Amino acid sequence: MTTEATASSRIPLPRWTTNLRTKEAIAGYIFLSPWLLGIILFIIGPMMTSGFLSFTRYDVVNPPDFVGLKNFIEIFTKDRLFWPSMMLTFRYALIVVPLSLVGALSAAMLLNQALRGTAWFRTFFFLPHLTPIVASAVLWGWIFNADVGPINHWIRTITGSDNAPGWFRDPDWAMTGLIIMAMWGAIGGNTMLIFLAGLQGVPQELYDAAVVDGAGLWAKFRNVTIPMLTPTIFFNMVLGIIGALKVFAAAFVATQGGPAYATWFYALHIYTRAFQYFEMGYASALAWIFFFVLFVFTYVQFRQSRRWVYYAGEVD
Amino acid sequence: MAGEAIASGRKQTESGIHPAGIFQSASFQRAIGRGILYLVAISSSAIFMFPFVWTVLSSLKRGGELFRFPPTWLPEVPQFQNYPKVFEIVSWATWTWNSTFVAIVSTFGAVLTAALVGYSFARFRYPARDVLFIITLSTMMLPVEVTLIPLYLMFAKIGWLDTYRPLIIPSFFGGSAFLIFLMRQFFLSIPIDLDEAARIDGAGYVRIFWQILMPLSIPVTATAAVLTFMSQWNEFLYPFIFLNTKTKYTLAIGIRYFQAVAGFADDTEPKYHLLMAASVMMTAPIIIIFFLAQRYLVQGIVMSGIKG
Repeated sequence: MTTEATASSRIPLPRWTTNLRTKEAIAGYIFLSPWLLGIILFIIGPMMTSGFLSFTRYDVVNPPDFVGLKNFIEIFTKDRLFWPSMMLTFRYALIVVPLSLVGALSAAMLLNQALRGTAWFRTFFFLPHLTPIVASAVLWGWIFNADVGPINHWIRTITGSDNAPGWFRDPDWAMTGLIIMAMWGAIGGNTMLIFLAGLQGVPQELYDAAVVDGAGLWAKFRNVTIPMLTPTIFFNMVLGIIGALKVFAAAFVATQGGPAYATWFYALHIYTRAFQYFEMGYASALAWIFFFVLFVFTYVQFRQSRRWVYYAGEVD
Repeated sequence: MAGEAIASGRKQTESGIHPAGIFQSASFQRAIGRGILYLVAISSSAIFMFPFVWTVLSSLKRGGELFRFPPTWLPEVPQFQNYPKVFEIVSWATWTWNSTFVAIVSTFGAVLTAALVGYSFARFRYPARDVLFIITLSTMMLPVEVTLIPLYLMFAKIGWLDTYRPLIIPSFFGGSAFLIFLMRQFFLSIPIDLDEAARIDGAGYVRIFWQILMPLSIPVTATAAVLTFMSQWNEFLYPFIFLNTKTKYTLAIGIRYFQAVAGFADDTEPKYHLLMAASVMMTAPIIIIFFLAQRYLVQGIVMSGIKG
């Protein structure tokens, strides 16, 4: 991935080569320096600080008080919202990501059919993705309005009964509402565009060969399209899961984590502990646990990917 | 638009199939198949567009009309004055300016420094380069909460709370890992011979960057700028944590504040119709920018996915 020869290797080398090399390295670091500083100031430094804070009690007013593993013990044994919020966050991600992958792939295949007006359809599918999350939470809040919203009106008309979900104000339905909202933004978004490009990259010969072998539509899809798209599926899946696990603004604006903690996502839990209760040490411990879980989960996906992702350019 | 260019790649295959005869079932089935595809495309477009249409229509109604039962589609008399009214009851103009200011300045910083860093990763050899690049990529996975708490404490200590500095200054330090990755990938696709030719003519590193690589990278720079602008415009968590004064709000937190108070009627009616108008006004600039930059943007997004 990162083995590019640079200029000086091809020019006949004079005696002051080492000098040139050093010069190149120095210049490289100079161009890199904004990011190097940024990583130290805004990423690694803060990470170490929050790592340290996670072993303390810190209420912002008094200096941090070192308490060892107490925060972690409390999180795992006493925190009533820790496990539920963790589980709920994963459940959300494990529903939203597969559904939006299937949806995005279907949409991409539809757009790949050379229909007239494809550019228009693509734009219509993509627009929800552009809507700011806050605006989308506000407008879906209105569409899901239990009393006068259009969705419930249709549900009542179709079922003929007065019972319709309470959506964002009903603990049993709030999560479904958020999932629908997320899918609306995700299906036609970047995922779809990346799939579309992936589809165009599948060599036509493979389909022709499959047809010669007597493959129908399904067989072509199953044995040509899917295997050739596995790298794209993997890329979209990893990014999708990371994004879904971090969900915050949508829930915060649409449901405030409620009702009855039904949408109390992990990020909301951290936020509340840190910026409502000002338990900075405790919240840092929560954040580090989250980072660890996310890291392990992503690592496992990369390990697993060797079994099912096929890279056409790779030599076995 | 690019979609047609993309789609046209498949057209040849269509004509390659011989319709064996007009009455033969194969071509008939194909026509039915096409019909179903159009039906699916049109109805799913309608589903995707419905929330927008509903919001725009609601924004043009009188406040009370929103609470009619059963709900009505069209406003009785379109209330275009709802839009100026938003500016009266909340500091909408100020918030729009704040969002624009923060988004433009931080986009400038992020794109410029991401290009420099991408140049460094793509064209220079130095110790630990590949390790640093992998570290860069893995920061994409880091949950913001891990760094947010210490950053908050740090910014509080140096008196940056309730200013735009926490939203803007970090952008001048490389922007984001994603931008750096995007720029690096693009620079790698430019033949190194160009750099060498310039070097032989006596150009230095800065000149090669500025006069050779950057002019060739206008599409990707535009993509990077548009994507950064959009994400800054939409950003919720940072301004929410770091800004307190109402007049300093950006649109994202302003609209949330508006939503929280819209239900409480201080005169005769709740203000949900105005809230809908506000959502439209927050979304419209993003959609306009998308239409202007559409061609570049799609390429850029696709590039980030394909070469990964």
